[in-house]
Amino acid sequence: MANLALRSLTKSYGATEVLHGISLDVADGEFVVLVGPSGCGKSTTLRMIAGLEETTSGIIEIGGREVNNLEPKERDIAMVFQNYAIYPHMSVKKNIAFGLRSSKMPKADKEKRIQEVAGILDMVDLLDRKPSQLSGGQRQRVAIGRAMVRDPAVFLFDEPLSNLDAQLRTQMRLEIKKLHQRVGNTIIFVTHDQVEAMTMADRIVIMKDGHIQQVGTPEEVFHSPANTFVARFIGAPSMNLLDGRLNGTQVTLDAGNTVDVPEVPGSGDQAVLLGVRPDDLHPDSTNPIITGTVTLREPLGAETLIYVETPSGEIIAKADGRTPPQVGATVQLGADPENLHIFDSVNGDALS
Amino acid sequence: MSDIAPSADTLLMAKPAPRSRNMGQILRWLILFIGGIAMIMPIAYMISTSLKWPHEVYNVNLIPEEPTIENYTYVLEDGRFYWWFVNSIIIATITTICNLLFDSLVGYTLCKFRFPGRTIVFIAILSTLMIPTEMLVIPWYLMSQAFGWLDTYWGIMFPGLMTAFGTFLMKQFFESVPDDFIEAARIDGLNELQIWWTVAMPLVKPALAALAIFVFLGNWTAFLWPLIVTNSVDMYTIPVGLSGFGDEADVAWELIMTGAAISTIPTLIVFLIFQRFIIRGVVMAGLKG
Repeated sequence: MANLALRSLTKSYGATEVLHGISLDVADGEFVVLVGPSGCGKSTTLRMIAGLEETTSGIIEIGGREVNNLEPKERDIAMVFQNYAIYPHMSVKKNIAFGLRSSKMPKADKEKRIQEVAGILDMVDLLDRKPSQLSGGQRQRVAIGRAMVRDPAVFLFDEPLSNLDAQLRTQMRLEIKKLHQRVGNTIIFVTHDQVEAMTMADRIVIMKDGHIQQVGTPEEVFHSPANTFVARFIGAPSMNLLDGRLNGTQVTLDAGNTVDVPEVPGSGDQAVLLGVRPDDLHPDSTNPIITGTVTLREPLGAETLIYVETPSGEIIAKADGRTPPQVGATVQLGADPENLHIFDSVNGDALS
Repeated sequence: MSDIAPSADTLLMAKPAPRSRNMGQILRWLILFIGGIAMIMPIAYMISTSLKWPHEVYNVNLIPEEPTIENYTYVLEDGRFYWWFVNSIIIATITTICNLLFDSLVGYTLCKFRFPGRTIVFIAILSTLMIPTEMLVIPWYLMSQAFGWLDTYWGIMFPGLMTAFGTFLMKQFFESVPDDFIEAARIDGLNELQIWWTVAMPLVKPALAALAIFVFLGNWTAFLWPLIVTNSVDMYTIPVGLSGFGDEADVAWELIMTGAAISTIPTLIVFLIFQRFIIRGVVMAGLKG
């Protein structure tokens, strides 16, 4: 196990810079998820940590040792790939043992280690099978087993659940989290799925266009997003953003309504975006924000998502699942002031 | 007559479809039959001629009037044929092994490594496919002469130890090996040569089998270069040796056909072993067999 540090890391392809000096500290045994839309640089960052991409500038440290000029095999890392990368011509056992090929461990110890890993991953009965005889989830477990068998300082996961169906993804998500609790290695996990990020991470790193937007615990990034990008990226459905003007502890929406908001220290009279999550926006709130007409309902069982056309545009709210407003009904939506977020309308940074 | 009754024209138009399908089917079978006959006849005549006496060779009858195995006895007891057979086996086998190694190494390098001039190197290798063998034999001969390779195994083999075709074939097949496999092996601590041998090569077995058959057959049947580079009868390969059966006045076709029939046996064995691979290989390489 080891900590990991990225210092002003940049990556350029020719004249195009795709990573713009990112810095990050990952503690020993921490589960960190890099999340962001396609092309944000999360996989490139991971591949640079692995040594599969050269670093244009900046420093990568694993266990306090600079690894920029080390080969992947010398970095004490293991990686699980999106498409598993388990060798089709080898049995499960040989695939798992492959990670120990270059190890100087005695043969008996290697065998013991393979059995141990197979036991942890519940694959003892599958050791003689070929990958073609396994399901998607089992294949992914083999890939994880191959990474685990070496007991690396840092595990790198590159969107390992993307190829699985929704049910299996949920199951594997749990298994990886349990595995982390059991083995306790440092894990860097890349995904574009914010649900995966929220459910698995100790800390989430949200990236966009080669920049880190925010680093924080799932609770922090959800409840205190650093900017409108994070606010909209984390949480499903996305946070509603309404144009308005801040004046003291009130925001006057462009539509004319005035909303009570928490005090924003150091702010004056300025244009803002008022953010409110659909989960916090209810038809029966004591702090009304806006009125509109229900145009669509999406029943989710316990709750129903309602799409409401308002003078500030379409917004999404959550209503009770048993007695949701009818389509065409006029509803007044509101939220508690402490659940409202205020962002600078120019640069999108959070003010509250 | 009712308005809704089908007209005679409609009925006539409805009929021809199955008939034209049958005609098409018959035509396809006919073409395949003719093709099959065209392929089998030379082989049938080769075997037939090998079972004929010299006076019957120029009769076109497929079944010999007086079948004999005298030609087989003569050829197999002739010490020269034995050596030609051994020479052909040695040359075809070594050349095949070298092609499998060198072509796949170069193909793998061109496919999986990014380095300046990679495309130029690949185009340069491919461009040699456009140069006919007839143009190359003179420089090859001069080179062999200068190095003292004339009339040696090395002299016969060296032009074919690596081929542009094989390199191209292997490069195309390595494209189908996902980079993740190679990167995973790199992380697992293998060096590049180990990755090529342990990870990449087993994944392109169909291509290797196809290439093995192409190269083996190509060298087994090679005539022009072995004819030029060899002087002594003991260094001949089967095609060169067979062409010398007979004398200035007459060609001993029955002996040539007997030698040819015997020499097809190794190629038949190679093909039977690798045929399931070659079919897949030919399909994947987009080549004609």
